[in-house]
Amino acid sequence: MTTAATRSLVIEREMPHPPEKIWRALTQGALIKEWLMDNDFQPVVGHKFNFRAPPMPKWNGIIDSEVLVIEPNKKLSYSWGSLGLESVVVWTLVPTKSGTLVRMEQSGFRPDQEANYQGANYGWQKFIGGLERVVGELQ
Amino acid sequence: MRTAPDEIFKSLADPTRRAIFERLSRDGEQTVRTLTDHSGVSQPAVSKHLGVLKHAGLVRARHSGRETHYSAQPRALAPLVDWMSYYSRFWHDKFDQLEDLLKRMDQ
Repeated sequence: MTTAATRSLVIEREMPHPPEKIWRALTQGALIKEWLMDNDFQPVVGHKFNFRAPPMPKWNGIIDSEVLVIEPNKKLSYSWGSLGLESVVVWTLVPTKSGTLVRMEQSGFRPDQEANYQGANYGWQKFIGGLERVVGELQ
Repeated sequence: MRTAPDEIFKSLADPTRRAIFERLSRDGEQTVRTLTDHSGVSQPAVSKHLGVLKHAGLVRARHSGRETHYSAQPRALAPLVDWMSYYSRFWHDKFDQLEDLLKRMDQ
């Protein structure tokens, strides 16, 4: 995967819980399902798995993933492929005085390539729904 | 075919045009006559709207005998679809749900 011309999304939040506890929520399938999506995740590097959202028109709800990095209580990474978007998600846990800084970085967004085309096929209905408002703001 | 976002916005700003585009996206290829029957405006007006949509790359025309069939090209919306803003919302929601879960979990 090339790094040129791709963009990353970073979200950080400090949570009042120890890294060990957050690690469990990030790596135990039953817990992942509670906050993210149904899955057959295993904390084993090279394990291929899926996240499964409820199917929608033009999207089967399946995200193709592979575990890339497992450093218990510190760092977790998996690929995230869906609708032509080929990205990588990296979770980093850093202990703080009152808990843990949770950092999620999703990289690999290529603004003008196939990902957008397939996303458009899926997303047009939602997009049209918001269009009236957007158009109103332009005027 | 790529069109500037401005032109796509303008072409969809008109409610009748938007309705035509939505109808073609939802129900597939249709003739001007069928579209006219459902639009509540005259056939020349529908044709004019289709011309604007076609210019913006949002519909494609296929000639068959005397009839012209129009189909939606939702891929033309690609310049307006931003995965990053989609996933930004997605992950913020998921962070909230993760925090809710952590509150419920034992140490």
